[in-house]
Amino acid sequence: MAKKDEMALMAHLMRRAGFGAAREELEERVAKGYEATVEELLNPPPEDPAGKASVDALLYRYHPGTFLPGGTPTMGQARYMYSLRNSRNPLLDKMGLFWHQVFATGNAKVDNCNLVLDQIDMFRKYGMGNYRELLVQLSKNPAMIFWLDNNENHRDAVNENWGRELLELFSMGVNNYTETDVREASRAFTGWTVTPKMPRLPYGRFPWYFDYREEDHDETEKTFLGHTGNFNGEDIIDIVVKQPATSRFICRHLYNFFVADEVQVPAWTIEPARDEEALAEMMKSFEDSGYDLKAVLRTIFTSQFFKDARFSKIKSPAEVIAGTLRLVGKWDQPTPGIRTLGEQPDYMGQAVLDPPSVEGWYTGKEWINSGSLLARVNFVADHMADTSLPGVKSIIADMKAAGVTTPEQLLAAALDHMGYLELADETSEQLLEYMRGGGDLDWSDEAAAGTRIGETLAMIGATTEYQFG
Amino acid sequence: MTSTTKDPVIVVLQLSGGNDYFNTVIPYNDPLYVDNRPVVRYPLEDLLQVDDEMAFMPDMGPIKELYDQGNVAVIHGIGYANSPRSHFRSMDIWHTCEPDIIGVEGWAGRVAKALDPNKDNVLTAVNFGHGLPRALVVPGVPVAAISDLSTYGLLTGISDQEQRAKALDLFARMYSPAIGAGPVNDYLRSTGMDALTGADIVKVAPERYSSNVEYPNTSIANHLRDIAQVYLADLGTRIFYTQHGSFDNHAGEMAAHPKLWQDVSQGVGAFFEDLREHGRGDNVVMYVFSEFGRRVRDNGSGTDHGAAGASFVIGEPVKGGFYGEYPSRKAEDLEQGDLVPNYDFRGAYSTIAEDWFGLDAKPIVNGSFEKLSFL
Repeated sequence: MAKKDEMALMAHLMRRAGFGAAREELEERVAKGYEATVEELLNPPPEDPAGKASVDALLYRYHPGTFLPGGTPTMGQARYMYSLRNSRNPLLDKMGLFWHQVFATGNAKVDNCNLVLDQIDMFRKYGMGNYRELLVQLSKNPAMIFWLDNNENHRDAVNENWGRELLELFSMGVNNYTETDVREASRAFTGWTVTPKMPRLPYGRFPWYFDYREEDHDETEKTFLGHTGNFNGEDIIDIVVKQPATSRFICRHLYNFFVADEVQVPAWTIEPARDEEALAEMMKSFEDSGYDLKAVLRTIFTSQFFKDARFSKIKSPAEVIAGTLRLVGKWDQPTPGIRTLGEQPDYMGQAVLDPPSVEGWYTGKEWINSGSLLARVNFVADHMADTSLPGVKSIIADMKAAGVTTPEQLLAAALDHMGYLELADETSEQLLEYMRGGGDLDWSDEAAAGTRIGETLAMIGATTEYQFG
Repeated sequence: MTSTTKDPVIVVLQLSGGNDYFNTVIPYNDPLYVDNRPVVRYPLEDLLQVDDEMAFMPDMGPIKELYDQGNVAVIHGIGYANSPRSHFRSMDIWHTCEPDIIGVEGWAGRVAKALDPNKDNVLTAVNFGHGLPRALVVPGVPVAAISDLSTYGLLTGISDQEQRAKALDLFARMYSPAIGAGPVNDYLRSTGMDALTGADIVKVAPERYSSNVEYPNTSIANHLRDIAQVYLADLGTRIFYTQHGSFDNHAGEMAAHPKLWQDVSQGVGAFFEDLREHGRGDNVVMYVFSEFGRRVRDNGSGTDHGAAGASFVIGEPVKGGFYGEYPSRKAEDLEQGDLVPNYDFRGAYSTIAEDWFGLDAKPIVNGSFEKLSFL
């Protein structure tokens, strides 16, 4: 069996670069090695269309409502959570979630879940590639165009919404451009729209496609960030990606998402980064590679600052849900009631596909308030205590085989199964005191022993420590 | 100061996304309304006329009714200098009263702290909805967030009551304060304890509630009904907070804006009717705000981010009427095409803090600002 510290490090990598992994997968990956696993995550095999189709086909067969959820966001959210839970290339999906957070597009306005899901598919496809290409794709993304009103950005009537957010939230951050730059960038994106412009009612929801209308594009001269020319949208992106402010802003987002919780975005102009040295390393990779996101991710995952950052981030609701479900083995099949899977992240304060605004969600400790903490604790505890679930059964079988008997052994084994979680001494003592009330495990009554194990796992899920990933 | 025999209560209703002030409280005699709004305006004949200058937009019927009863104050031109025109930043400013730096403490949280300095009641401030607005966040101040009152509770999956009691006892011990745990862990622990205590207390509210008022089935009306239930159960909550949106009508405003105000007005109308039915409207004031108004000229489909807006203060204790001046709509008086704020929102907060709650406003809003006489 792999050494415990190697297993713990692999559990950390899989939580951050994916949605966690159960014991068996961790052992396989440790056998391959850490660096090899990083490379595998960064270079996923071409997706097996038949394999992917079979996951989707089963979902669509039993829940056709998730296929084109349109105006039923909960079914779209269920499909998205199902895809995270069953991800075969976890880093691709993690990057999809990352860009969904940064390029936050909400169904509350788009009112067409199909298009928001298509946007996340685009993030999966381009999210680990070149940042310039990603921004070009984003500028052409129908959900984004509608979300930030670029379909209302005309040669003779400029709408600044997309132009502003491209600079403020998707690349440089505030204080790095003027109001004139916003105006000029917006002018460069006139004519970038969607088609067909059909009214929603009474005909229903139409799929939109990107459409460039030359006659609606302002082709006159613009001056943007000191450059002058008859710029079109891609020229603006070319200028934007080369700004040091962009490199810093994007790398800081990646640090916040993959390494450790940063202060909230509005404070970034004022507060230094949590780890300026780490950020500098990431920025160097970003710039030296010509804005290649994969290069930055490799720098992160192979760095000491990443390996040292265990349990220094509060898990997002999507991570709590997908991670818990992978561990307990629920929703590997599209069984009835999948709608509830779509509702869960909303209860924890992260309505996927529907961020509260273009700024996305506040992260870190802002995930936690009394309502969301209650939802997290209840969700995890309910699942971990359910001894009918295959993942919980397998943990019980593993403990039986290992001869786990005393409360001390039970707690240690349970913590290892839950991602090699580390508890404060005080928390351990409190848990042990609670567990000692039931005495040693009595394997002659397997059901009772299983229930005890489930209760222990549930109460570990209720600790403050478990909120960190 | 308005006198009340009971502890005064406030309900804050946040209109997220930037409500179009110029298209909500409408100076209908001003030809600049029609001139600047070739697309995004209401027909003049549909407006709800308030006096010989002002009218409300057509879907504000229930609020107009409350106005006619003398229970609505409208504050003109509210905002602050140098609007950043960013939702994120502007909402932060409204929440923290810090226009120049990034604030970490919310004004409503500071009110809660001043009202209940010893944290005697974890339900002093309650948000209705998912997540927590920054306005309520002050380190060490407990705030409950209730998305749905009917299913609120901790470890509700344990059906054996004896077992659940033991588990809740363990939870309480694990979340009790620990020395040297660090700020994030401290925050988690106190939040966990607040969740535990709050859930225990709040579960009585739906049991005690009965009403003949029918609320519409909208998210804002559901939240306002939950607020009425908790308020009427006398659990000591002083600050209720909820939000509705999105008012970010860059495009298709004339489809979205009427529905938004219809939902808000009907919800607010039902809420005050409910309080009246229970004879409990005498110590509740509702404060309605948005993070900014919108640009004077429409963009052919909607309106872009602007500056000055309007706030509404509603309730029996309120001295109804218009307060302040509507900012000039003349082109030469606009700033980057926007109405210029002429009244600082921190003055409205100060009025509430001092003349409603009897607190010193300065530490709550970070300074001294001109108050109004709506209370």
